[in-house]
Amino acid sequence: MSVTLDIRLKRANKVYHEGEVVSGVVVLQCKESLQHHGISLTMEGTVNLQLSSKSVGVFEAFYNSVKPIQLISSLIEVSKAGKIPGGKTEIPFEFPLSTKSNKVLYETYHGVFVNIQYSLRCDMKRSLLAKDLSRSCEFIVHCQPQKSKVVPTPVNFTITPDTLQNSRESSLPKFLIRGNLDATNCVISRPLTGELTVDNSDVSIKSIELQLVRVETCGCAEGYARDATEIQNIQMAEGDVCHGLPIPIYMVFPRLFTCPTLETTNFKVEFEVNVVVVFHDDHLITENFPLKLCRV
Amino acid sequence: MVTDTKSRRGARKGSTSSSSSSCSSAPADPLSSMMDGTDPLSMFAASAPEPPALSHSASTGDLGRKRKEKEEEAVGEDFEPWSTKRGEILARFTTTEKLSINLCMGSDKGKAPNPGSSAVSEKVRTRLEELDDLEEGSQKELLNLSQQDYANRIEELNQSLKEAWASDQKVKALKIVIQCSKLLSDTSVIQFYPSKFVLITDILDTFGRLVYDRIWSMCSEPRPLPDSFTAEDVNDTAKETCLNWFFKIASIRELLPRLYVEAAILKCNRFLNKSGIPETLPRLTAMIRGIGDPLVAAYTRAYLCRVGMEVAPHLKDSLNRNFFDLLGAFRQISGESVQKQLLQQRVEVPEYLTLYSPAINWILQCIAYRAPEPLLTEMMERCKKLGNNALLLNSVTRAFRPEFVAARATDFIGMIKDCDEAGFPKHLLFGSLGRSLALADPPESERLTILNEAWKVVTKVRSPQDYINCAEIWVEFTCRHFAKREVNTILADIIKHMTPDRAFEDAYPQLQSVIRKILTYFQDFSVLFSMERFLPFLDMFQKDSVRVEVCRSIMEVFIRHQLELTKDPVILNAMLHICKTMHDSVNALTLEDEKRSSALLIIGFIRMVSFGRDFEQQLSFCVEARATFCNLEPVLVQLIHTVNQLAMETNRVMRGSHSRKTAAFVRACAAYSFITIPSLSSIFSRLSLYLQSGQVALANLCLSQADAFLQAAVSILPDVPRSISVEGKLRSSESFLLDFINNFMAALLVVPDHPELGVLYLVRGLLNMVQDYTWEDNSDAKVRVYVSSLPLLAAMSQESYIYTIPKVDSNETLYGGDPKFLSEINKLCETLIAQILDHLKTLGRDETSTRRQSALAFSLFGVLVAHGDLRNNKLSQLAVNLWNLSHKHGGCEARASVRTLEFIKHQAQQPDMSHLADTLQRLALQSRT
Repeated sequence: MSVTLDIRLKRANKVYHEGEVVSGVVVLQCKESLQHHGISLTMEGTVNLQLSSKSVGVFEAFYNSVKPIQLISSLIEVSKAGKIPGGKTEIPFEFPLSTKSNKVLYETYHGVFVNIQYSLRCDMKRSLLAKDLSRSCEFIVHCQPQKSKVVPTPVNFTITPDTLQNSRESSLPKFLIRGNLDATNCVISRPLTGELTVDNSDVSIKSIELQLVRVETCGCAEGYARDATEIQNIQMAEGDVCHGLPIPIYMVFPRLFTCPTLETTNFKVEFEVNVVVVFHDDHLITENFPLKLCRV
Repeated sequence: MVTDTKSRRGARKGSTSSSSSSCSSAPADPLSSMMDGTDPLSMFAASAPEPPALSHSASTGDLGRKRKEKEEEAVGEDFEPWSTKRGEILARFTTTEKLSINLCMGSDKGKAPNPGSSAVSEKVRTRLEELDDLEEGSQKELLNLSQQDYANRIEELNQSLKEAWASDQKVKALKIVIQCSKLLSDTSVIQFYPSKFVLITDILDTFGRLVYDRIWSMCSEPRPLPDSFTAEDVNDTAKETCLNWFFKIASIRELLPRLYVEAAILKCNRFLNKSGIPETLPRLTAMIRGIGDPLVAAYTRAYLCRVGMEVAPHLKDSLNRNFFDLLGAFRQISGESVQKQLLQQRVEVPEYLTLYSPAINWILQCIAYRAPEPLLTEMMERCKKLGNNALLLNSVTRAFRPEFVAARATDFIGMIKDCDEAGFPKHLLFGSLGRSLALADPPESERLTILNEAWKVVTKVRSPQDYINCAEIWVEFTCRHFAKREVNTILADIIKHMTPDRAFEDAYPQLQSVIRKILTYFQDFSVLFSMERFLPFLDMFQKDSVRVEVCRSIMEVFIRHQLELTKDPVILNAMLHICKTMHDSVNALTLEDEKRSSALLIIGFIRMVSFGRDFEQQLSFCVEARATFCNLEPVLVQLIHTVNQLAMETNRVMRGSHSRKTAAFVRACAAYSFITIPSLSSIFSRLSLYLQSGQVALANLCLSQADAFLQAAVSILPDVPRSISVEGKLRSSESFLLDFINNFMAALLVVPDHPELGVLYLVRGLLNMVQDYTWEDNSDAKVRVYVSSLPLLAAMSQESYIYTIPKVDSNETLYGGDPKFLSEINKLCETLIAQILDHLKTLGRDETSTRRQSALAFSLFGVLVAHGDLRNNKLSQLAVNLWNLSHKHGGCEARASVRTLEFIKHQAQQPDMSHLADTLQRLALQSRT
């Protein structure tokens, strides 16, 4: 006797905000009528923290302290024990998205060391002989738009051999790259934009890339682990670009993998962007810009 | 914080290496997991309700067609579509070098284990990766591909794209597209690049269409979207799917695939909002600046313009922007990295520059399409500012409206003269200019100067191939505006250039095109052939097949446009020469069809030849033509007809009474026919020509010649084969033969007997031949000839014949109703009737042939009633018997019988025919019980 259980959310993009009602239907599909011991829906929201393998040894002291943080957890009964008829049955549900305590619902974020996830789980209890059925479905939470106005704070930059900090070799080729980012306080739903011009360069350029980096910090007062990892790397220029011609900088912030910059007592999620210039001899030059992401 | 790192490739996960995948499928990598289709977003898309597959495909096909029509409306028919350029580019940019395809569909093996992956054990992950590899073949590098192999591979990829899409593997489809567009950043074997662009953008087009149609079909419930839909009409699921595509594409690592794929699905912006396309086009345009290789960039721009023209033809700004950016990056062509590359691949600068033409031409064509005059003028000014770059000028000339170019032709010539060659040969520029001038006319006063200036350059081109390519274009302009003197000069110049080292051998298509163009403008053949250089020009076609083709095309034009008969010796000589060439190409291997069409053309020519009253000249022309075209039978047939016609014409002119001179002439004509006919192989042509010529001879009072013709016809009768081939099928010749004999007998009535050869010797001869001929078994043909010869004999026995030839004494006057003559005829009739009755008896013996018997009896009855004197009781009795015989077995058609009876009744009412009434009474219609 086969039965399938599914959760369908009303919103196609599955995005909800705090205070809204998550609504949808539980879809049951079976050939014949089916006995069950109750169907329930659970809403859960957790922050999972993880330490990078390299820091585990060092910070073993507080290894245990990074247990998942529960943001929301509630359960409703969709149906009491009984029978559902054969065919397709849709049971609508509504779930208010709000925390009981004064906890904040952070925005959904899929990272490496920090994961903020929200999900709905539907459980169907059945008699001893049949297995219980369960189905979960992730939904996405966007935090409330920021009230204050975003100040874009644009930034200009110039890269020459002289601006390099840790250059060990003195015999760097000459080059001059100028550019600007239109904003370092970025609205997450809008692309990161700017311009970059190679004014001159003695060595030909192989590639110019824009690297989006997440900086995740886990820990507390006793100590913390801070790791920067790449989210994505977007090539802006390939090959020896025309000198003097401004090249646009354009990057869409990927969904799920970015969220508004977040700072809490236990963890932090921050973002940076690197402008990476690769010369033909595989010389690599990086200019780093911290970003502040927000939602409006 | 600025850091400097040298070769930190390992640390950066090899992301700078060009072979790293833009969308690897390592399960733990957050980015790739997004591309894997397991992320929540794509799951949403996947879970969206799908319409049934069948209706889906049907509806999209239908919609696709409708949309296509709509698009064409938007751009207009006068816009030369990409599809026409496609083939041209593929044919032009070819290579013999080996090519390679480097695809990496699977995961990057070199990647360091991702920290986030600890959730999945190492073992499981490797297994998963292996599975992935099996499925998609992680990295394929195909080396040593010939051009054809390469095209095939790309087509295979196109197919696997469609398959992947059909089997709902959207991620795999995207990977294929990304990998393909990545191939476009590879400029090794640079000569092939334009063709590669064509092949790969086909795939991108397919992909764009698939995505668009899929999202379109998601909105088809409850009813399909109207063509003019807006974003509000699109449901959330479709929007989300669409958005998802854009997010996926935005995260493609490498620039070129990102640009191409986003351009490919540009049209999908319509599902999201109105401003999508107007915002994306300029952005993509600007992003192309990031492409370092100028050739790659130029082609990317061409693709963007192509998509732009298709999706939003009204957005001219980004087209212009693309062009200006292209100009801005022009100096890169002479840059160091390009030069290095050329040196490495051993490609000359001129060749390299021509690689740009398709892209620049296309961009300019898009810009110039329905563009206002001032814009074009501005473009020209900009080109001038760039130091009259030859490559650019070339494209401007090609892409702008011919009228625009023609009006400024002198300016253009000035610019071409001024421009620095920069490796781009000037003859190509003049070629492009010539092409425009062939389509639009420059001001009249400038035409000669233009031609002179252009030809000055063209004639200096050294390489015969380059020369003829350019010259061929200018021939059109010359023919259009100038008379034969100029064209003749140009022909002379072409001959001068193409003759050394037999250069013409490699230029037949161009030379043929020259001929075609001349023929289009010079349809007066007396002018055409009075060009001294025209025939020497033809002599350059030395390859048989080409020469014949050229001759044929000239002949076709001649037949179509020469409306008046001609005797112009220039035309005749030249045409004879051309026809002879065609004729001489006929050999044992020539196809029947080809022979026929050649013969038709030559016949067409012969019919146009007329020397008016100068009949002798005409005859001698026919003599010459016979010698020249002896291998083409239809031509000989025509010549005989012509000569016969000539004889009759003479007769008409002399009003039937020949002078000594004309009598000799018509005899000469008869002689011509007489000696020509035997050379024909078709027996029926020979027979009918003998008969016809005989009649003509008779009409011209050449009695002995007429006799000879008719005798000859009779003498070859036994040679008629039992079956002949008609249109390739073997058919019995019987019916043809019967027709001929009947026709022949009709002619015999007026032929007077030869004084020395006895009474009715031709009729007897014919009947003897008929008797001796081996007819088909079980055929009544012989007897039918007998039956039909009875009316002839009846007609011959009349006092005055039903038809005669003026001035020819037929037997009626020769014998004047001599009883001996009549009894001869009677005897003959008796013999014949006896033979027929014998045959009827034979037929009666066999049950199966009763039907034949009745038919034959009925026809004999018919002849007797119509031509016999039924006052004679015996004859009347015979008729009644025949009637009864024919109705004995009910083998006669009742309607025919009734009609016959009615006819006899009608005849009986005529005066002197009352005896028929008696006969009639004895003819009984068989009761139909």
